[in-house]
Amino acid sequence: MHEQHHEHHEPGFWRKYIFSVDHKVIGIQYSLTSLLFLFFGFSLMMMMRWQLAYPGQPLPWIGRLFGEANMPEGVMVPEFYNQLGAMHGTIMVFLGVVPLAVGGFGNYILPLQIGAPDMAFPRINMASYWFLFVGGVVMLASFFLPGGAAQSGWTSYAPLANIAPTGQTAWLIGMIFLITSSLLGSINFIVTTVQLRVRGLSFFKLPFFVWAQFVTSFLLLLAFPPLEAAGVLQLMDRVAGTSFFLPSGLVVTGQPLEVSGGGNPLLWQHLFWFLAHPEVYVLILPALGIVAEVIANNTRKPLWGYRTMVYSLIFLGFMSFIVWAHHMFMTGMGTAMSTFFQATTMIISVPSVIILTCLAISLWGGSIRFTVPMHFALAFIPMFAIGGLTGLPLGLTASDLHLHDTYYVIGHFHYVVAPGTIFALFAGIYYWFPKVTGRMMNEKLGKLHFWLSLIFMNGVFTPMLLIGVAGVSRRLYDQTGYAHGAAVQDLTVFSSWSAWLLAVAQIPFIINFLMSMRKREKVRSDNPWEATTLEWATPTPPPHGNFPTAPQVYRGPYEYSVPGRSADFWPQHLPEEAESTQPRPATT
Amino acid sequence: MSAEVEIPYAVKPHPVTGLFNGKFGIWLFLASEVMLFGALFSTYVLLRVGAEAWPHGYSLLNVPLATLNTFVLILSSVTMVMAWASLKMGDFRKFRLNLGATILLAFVFLIVKSFEYGAKFEHHIHPATSTFYAIYFTLTGLHGLHVIGGILVNLYLLLPGSALWRTEPERFTNRIECAGLYWHFVDLVWIFLFPVLYLL
Repeated sequence: MHEQHHEHHEPGFWRKYIFSVDHKVIGIQYSLTSLLFLFFGFSLMMMMRWQLAYPGQPLPWIGRLFGEANMPEGVMVPEFYNQLGAMHGTIMVFLGVVPLAVGGFGNYILPLQIGAPDMAFPRINMASYWFLFVGGVVMLASFFLPGGAAQSGWTSYAPLANIAPTGQTAWLIGMIFLITSSLLGSINFIVTTVQLRVRGLSFFKLPFFVWAQFVTSFLLLLAFPPLEAAGVLQLMDRVAGTSFFLPSGLVVTGQPLEVSGGGNPLLWQHLFWFLAHPEVYVLILPALGIVAEVIANNTRKPLWGYRTMVYSLIFLGFMSFIVWAHHMFMTGMGTAMSTFFQATTMIISVPSVIILTCLAISLWGGSIRFTVPMHFALAFIPMFAIGGLTGLPLGLTASDLHLHDTYYVIGHFHYVVAPGTIFALFAGIYYWFPKVTGRMMNEKLGKLHFWLSLIFMNGVFTPMLLIGVAGVSRRLYDQTGYAHGAAVQDLTVFSSWSAWLLAVAQIPFIINFLMSMRKREKVRSDNPWEATTLEWATPTPPPHGNFPTAPQVYRGPYEYSVPGRSADFWPQHLPEEAESTQPRPATT
Repeated sequence: MSAEVEIPYAVKPHPVTGLFNGKFGIWLFLASEVMLFGALFSTYVLLRVGAEAWPHGYSLLNVPLATLNTFVLILSSVTMVMAWASLKMGDFRKFRLNLGATILLAFVFLIVKSFEYGAKFEHHIHPATSTFYAIYFTLTGLHGLHVIGGILVNLYLLLPGSALWRTEPERFTNRIECAGLYWHFVDLVWIFLFPVLYLL
């Protein structure tokens, strides 16, 4: 026979690394971009923490670099403070955590875990990354507009945002790009999960991570369009002079506003939170998925209550669409509405508690390997629990009266997302790093990173809960101007120092990340963690097209410590006979 | 080009879902579009319920022209289906005729619409005039953008994109089906917009 002409075009640099359609390259692009944005968003916050801890004092060393308009003599003006606040939230949520959790991990891991050669729509996948990139550039560029970037909070509440400087228009345009990006991504994830699973991989054999990404994609698909609608309406208000969110008779700085009126500022909040509450679950579900993978692998036993967790996940996704107005108890929308949303909010806490409980019980009786990813995953459980439980007083109308819009809200939300989701993301980075690069990350530096981060994370956010209970409003530029604020100023200083030290605690991670990519020894096995799921059945790093031959799945995702087997893990793709080291019991 | 990876079910339908990937994708996309327009229609309801007085659409807008446009769009949906059906029967000439007609009708829709807009601007009526006009211009404008998007897709499939017919006829037919699903959705949005804005 003739030798098959196997033309293997080696793609050029641009096609291979920049405009790649390979889900793994896109996943890495997403991850690196979002890590940079996380660092940038963190830096914005560190500057805010200076103003909060030492109001009116010039920022040392770098204060004068930001120009006379923003920081005359190195002292931050309130408008610049507001820009930092609004952009910190926007960047962290839409350009940091979500692109890393969904775009990065989802893109890289999901097709591998279902045994697919790539995403269902590789080119749309590439487009989704580039939409995100353009959206990010628009957001960054908005700092250089006259009047600076958006400054009406990450929520862009109307009517304040309607009359804000040009930066707000850039924010809206940037958001439309980001929404398009996540829309394309979510379609891709859903189609890939449903259509491209390998033979034998039924839905209840999917790793929990895939389930989490799957449900998350539905949230992105269905919750983001209403924000897009809201964005279009606010853009019309700002550019075409309509009054969707401007009521009649609005007076701004003593002047009646020259608009037709008749709009409704609450409409913005409804449309915004219809997105932004599911968005909270977009932030947390992929994190739960990562933690579940790491915990199953490092306890060497199956997840406890896998099916219950999956059902809870689906219920959580569904419920997240009908809780949005618990952010709006204080708007005067009426007691009937408040009661309804209070009830749904209490209901939605149940599946979250179920999932978390399942993860905690999964530890029971395991022979735990205290690896670096496991450290982060273990810390995730109590940290996310604190975040979740501190949310309950906010979901009850009576206690929300006092806590609404205080630092308590910031503390609660950040407990969910920072030591919660971001810890899970770190767990994911340490866990999948050997698959992506072929090298393990350094264990000692990883543990140093973990312990310092854990201490300082709590140092940042625990004081916030207390400051909030003391009644300090979340958007204050200088709380010392109020007696109740001045009384807790020490806690604010403590929180600020913790934040700066938290930045220092990331140095071991950055060193570890960069050094391990080149210097560290290569992994000896494709499956260094002795895991069961399909991503470890590929060569390391996986080539274009992932699997040399399409695998077949024979069993559930977490077959660890199966009695009667010599190895304590039984990969999904190994047929029954492949490893018959143990003699079968005689069947007489 | 890089060595292309073979994606399963890119052309042939999946045995369980009965859909090829693209068709599944376009349905999901339409679901998100339903949420987009759903949010805008909800906005309409909320603003109207909260308004002290709300004008009747028929007293301000040109109902005969909009009725004409409704029929134009419905007709274009019919020609779109016929374009797909002709491909299914292997008649490429008839396909071009029908898809061409769809594009032409879409242009007729836009021209009629621009007359409507022009008449309003002549009378110094803008989105900023009142909340009614704000929602009218926003909804019909966004719908118009969807029509333009459909024209671009269909033009691509009629001219350069149709080369695929000779190499991969099934794949090309699938693309026409997806474009058709999108086009019917655009039509459907108008069928909601017409009574809500013009008649109620």
